[in-house]
Amino acid sequence: MTAPMLPAEFADLEPFASTWCLPTESERFAQRLAVPMDEMQAFYDAITPRFEEAMAYCDTFPLDNMPEDGVNLMHLLYSMIMVSFPVECWGQGPVPDTGAAYLDLLVEPGP
Amino acid sequence: MARWPKPPEGSWTEHFQLGTEPISYEDSISPEFYELEREAVFKRAWLNVGRVEQLPRKGSYFTKELAVARTSVVIVRGTDDEVRAFYNVCRHRGNKLVWRDYPNEETSGVSRQFVCKYHGWRYDLDGACNFVQQEQEFFDLDKADYGLVPVHCEVWAGFIFVNLSRQPEQSLVDFLGPEVTKLENYPFDQLTERWFYRGTVNANWKLYMDAFQEFYHAPVLHAKQTPPDWSSAAQQAGFEAPAYTISGPHRLVSTAGIHPWTLPDNMLKPMERITRSGLFGPWDKPDLAYDQKAAGINPAGCDPWGLDSWQIFPNFTILVWGQEWYLTYHYWPTGQGSHVFEGTLYFVPAKTPRERVAHELAAVSFKEYGLQDANTLEATQTMLESRVLERFPLNDQEVLCRHLHKVVGEWVDEYKKLEEAGV
Repeated sequence: MTAPMLPAEFADLEPFASTWCLPTESERFAQRLAVPMDEMQAFYDAITPRFEEAMAYCDTFPLDNMPEDGVNLMHLLYSMIMVSFPVECWGQGPVPDTGAAYLDLLVEPGP
Repeated sequence: MARWPKPPEGSWTEHFQLGTEPISYEDSISPEFYELEREAVFKRAWLNVGRVEQLPRKGSYFTKELAVARTSVVIVRGTDDEVRAFYNVCRHRGNKLVWRDYPNEETSGVSRQFVCKYHGWRYDLDGACNFVQQEQEFFDLDKADYGLVPVHCEVWAGFIFVNLSRQPEQSLVDFLGPEVTKLENYPFDQLTERWFYRGTVNANWKLYMDAFQEFYHAPVLHAKQTPPDWSSAAQQAGFEAPAYTISGPHRLVSTAGIHPWTLPDNMLKPMERITRSGLFGPWDKPDLAYDQKAAGINPAGCDPWGLDSWQIFPNFTILVWGQEWYLTYHYWPTGQGSHVFEGTLYFVPAKTPRERVAHELAAVSFKEYGLQDANTLEATQTMLESRVLERFPLNDQEVLCRHLHKVVGEWVDEYKKLEEAGV
């Protein structure tokens, strides 16, 4: 049993943490291309109803000094945004008709 | 029936006297034209290479690879706080001076001086050569004659520009002209949260400029980015800009906006509703006090106003959003059929986790759209190169595309005349 990555209040999201608590956009984008749609849908369905509570929890900390489990929760919210495009628009991981294009995010703000 | 009044001539295209006939895209597929463009445009115009925030302290530097001019420059903040640019080449045997691991990759950092990796020649931040390894072995060498080669460098509104000509024909401010320079009244210095994207696009640089200087494509190419009710309404309505401006070689498109928070749920993606954000930016604006009129922004006085996108000749865009953030585009040619695209997003730094999450959706949305645009260009480039077709009709909402190609042609023609005259 590994130590939980998320705050105790969000234990229900813990099963998604090891897959989706990723600190950079490039990791999250790669994960979106790698994970099957049904798993992204399950993650989306689990986290969207918890958004307000997760946001309220994160907002109790200053952005530049968040505890590690709070930062992990932020990364999970970023991944929620990442999978929302496959789930809400595309029905697939990649953006349709963009096979030859790439756009790397080389500088991004923390946390 | 037009939603927005057109100029008295009946169209923007006629108003700006750009001609209404179908245009050629030969300028985007001809290797010969590309060779001319490198000299006539990219070695004569002022080129934006970044912002002063990328040089936060004395000794801060970054390099910029300019494949279009077969060169590299280093931009540095000196001990006197002046921003200077130099060709990134050691005076000894021509080695690239500043690089890390890969000679052709850009780098940045902070340094007290530049040291060549090859034989250890050193240069002050103002370019002066201050050390030559085994100087006594050289013949009549005076270090004062071996400073770094300067590049013309000027800063406007925090944007750093270089000019690769021996003697620029205009100062930067004269080049930008009276309309673009109004933008200096926008508080760019407060929007320092930076997101920097880069990708290679297998299409001529002007094709991507074209993609982002008309919104005629938006309801079609990006239809599936929005719920069906939104998409069909958008396609039904089509796109009309309330205002276009042309100022010298530069051009502006301004758009009307929407207040997404007033829309019913069937017009929004759930993620937009819960994070209060989207492609147009966070729904909750930061406090950004500036004089819109003085900045020349929202010339049609739209309420709500969407965005103003200034296409600054040749390859630079500043796009200011109604939701109080901005982005820039750069299109760096690497051949007649390829370029490096850079998109940089700037926000007032998020103060809370909630604001930071809203920025994330805006940024991720930007990439979803950008990927669709970029990939389509490759499909365009290959078929333009087939030369099956030679002339292409542009409508009045594509007026700025017409202007770009016309101006590039004029700069090339002018260059050829100067060359022939031996100037």
